[in-house]
Amino acid sequence: MARKSVILATSSVLVTAFIFLTVRAAAQDWFKTGTGLGITKARVAVPETVARSSFTQPLPKTFHDVLWADLEYSGILDLVSSSFYPLQSPAQPSELNAQTWAAAPANAYMVAYGNMTTDGTNISFAGYLSDVHNPSAPPVIQKIYRGAATDADARRLAHQFADDIVAYLGGGQPGVARTQIAYVSALGGNKEIWVMDYDGANQHAVTHLHSIALTPRWSPDSSRIAFTCYVPYSGVTSAQICIYSMVSNRLIGFPRFRGTNSSPAWSPDGTQIAFMSSLNGDPEIYVVDADGARLHRVTFAAGVNTSPVWNPKTGKQMVFVSDRGGEPVLYLSDSDGSNVQKLDLPDMGYVVDPAWSPNGQLLAFSWRRPSGNYDIYVMDIVSRQLAELTKDEERNERPSWAPDGRHLVFESTRTGTRQIWSMLADGSQPRQLTFEGQNESPNWSPK
Amino acid sequence: MQRFTFRTFPFLFGLIVLGALASGCKKNVATTPPAPSPAPAAQPTVTLNASPTSVSSGQTVTLSWSSTNATDLDIEPGVGKVAPQGATPVNPTTSTTYTITATGAGGSATATAHVDVNANPAARTPSAAPERPNMSELFSQNVQDAFFDLDKSDLRDDARIALTKDAEFLRSYPSMHVSIEGHCDERGSTEYNLGLGQRRAEAAKNFLISLGISADRMETTSWGKERPFCTEHTEECWQQNRRSHFVLAQ
Repeated sequence: MARKSVILATSSVLVTAFIFLTVRAAAQDWFKTGTGLGITKARVAVPETVARSSFTQPLPKTFHDVLWADLEYSGILDLVSSSFYPLQSPAQPSELNAQTWAAAPANAYMVAYGNMTTDGTNISFAGYLSDVHNPSAPPVIQKIYRGAATDADARRLAHQFADDIVAYLGGGQPGVARTQIAYVSALGGNKEIWVMDYDGANQHAVTHLHSIALTPRWSPDSSRIAFTCYVPYSGVTSAQICIYSMVSNRLIGFPRFRGTNSSPAWSPDGTQIAFMSSLNGDPEIYVVDADGARLHRVTFAAGVNTSPVWNPKTGKQMVFVSDRGGEPVLYLSDSDGSNVQKLDLPDMGYVVDPAWSPNGQLLAFSWRRPSGNYDIYVMDIVSRQLAELTKDEERNERPSWAPDGRHLVFESTRTGTRQIWSMLADGSQPRQLTFEGQNESPNWSPK
Repeated sequence: MQRFTFRTFPFLFGLIVLGALASGCKKNVATTPPAPSPAPAAQPTVTLNASPTSVSSGQTVTLSWSSTNATDLDIEPGVGKVAPQGATPVNPTTSTTYTITATGAGGSATATAHVDVNANPAARTPSAAPERPNMSELFSQNVQDAFFDLDKSDLRDDARIALTKDAEFLRSYPSMHVSIEGHCDERGSTEYNLGLGQRRAEAAKNFLISLGISADRMETTSWGKERPFCTEHTEECWQQNRRSHFVLAQ
């Protein structure tokens, strides 16, 4: 009981911001994932970006807003409320009064600040991260970030600065502010593959197939997206695997197989794709080289076998969904299909959408227990300990891990329409990323 | 349960940190078996069949093939890379010799199949020509879909009755090809439903095969829950969406 209080106290910012969630947390299994947890988070102050030129667009403000949002959502630090800041924002280290920032009420440990200049065409941001408890040392980050004088580049530079700060304070684990999320949107009339920034900005259609595209999966180097597509051939339209190159912006050739082919998953080295195929009748899992050669079958059990995922750390194991025992549940096997074992859960229900965390330790999935609707759970694969990350908020499905292992993206119908949401991997800070139309099947880019 | 979970918190945390720091300690894999002594790689074999071997321009021919010891198969013209075993429909417009090349560690092998195409549509068999205009109408009047229970792909009695009538119809039009499309209601998950729909399509196909309809007249695929016939959130509507739907292949 005492330990629980400590955990809740150290996440006091979350408690304030998400009273509702925290009350719920007290009534359910709850753990935190990631590095640096259990340690008091660093308190970081982020004063306004000082404009050193006159700007026709509010780019310094955009930069500051995006930086603030990135750091607030990083999961590894606490932002000091701006109401505690000294009146003057420092533009450079010589203007930083370290003692004022370190003292009450700010009580900051680090200050992230800087100044932006423009010549009308380009912008330049001089960014600094200073340890105000060690004022004689030079800033731990001092770097110039350059880009075009556009809203998009102001956002991009802020993401870069945020990632540098998170990498420094997060024990070297890179931030995710420049990652992207692929998903399926029917906003243009047909279900196509779309991509957006990790924070929901810059949403745009990638495919224009005018058919149905489903289940996008980024290749490990983020250069390609494999997905399920419907392609007509000789008068018969069937589900096939398509691969889209984000480099050449076109589909890459991939062989066609009989029946239904879906749910591609990349091996961690990017050389192979596991997928469901009914080329021999029953839906089974096959593995094929990314260029379509060396097809081989890895599951041999009557029923549906689908949604394979590889252990991203080792590539030596797979988790997949099978209804060989009745309802669909998760199975673990070696990546050649041997040593199959059912992943038992403490209740019945329909268990789908496995997603393996980047460090290979945790499995996220959706579980429809007999008493409820689909919710996102996380399981520690070794100990089989479980945590429920969403609860009683309509359908929550298809989790996908961010490369930092600290965030998940998923789809939820909690607003009445199906939309993409992200959250920290402990279920806190749910954030809605899409708002229009129906959007589903998010997949977080590995880079 | 709850207390237990919280007590294991530091353990989990430790695991994660350990995992991040030293992935090498993950698991002692059983000692690797010695690499098998390199046997001489076997020569690939391959067969290719076309059915039928004589058609009118635009009609469908099914190419089927099988191979051994091959890792890479390619059918030309117009098909490309294929699986070690399989079949695919093609629609040649002129007489064509299809060649399959099978390549493996032990070398390569080829096989061919020739299809004669009668380029003049007027020379079609007299019985086929007048049927053509009414075909899709006839098809939709006579062919019934098969319906399923929730999360099930086995055939109910009503589905068997419908499929038995479908078999009679297909028997009277022996050149007709169909696509059987499996559908599911909205309650399951997207990916699992793609598999379940395929099982439903396959169940209908296998029943028709048992009634004497040739397998190469039928293609199957699944639409999962992507193309519902009915969009209300009621059992009546869900039942409409759990089906194997027949489509006349062009």
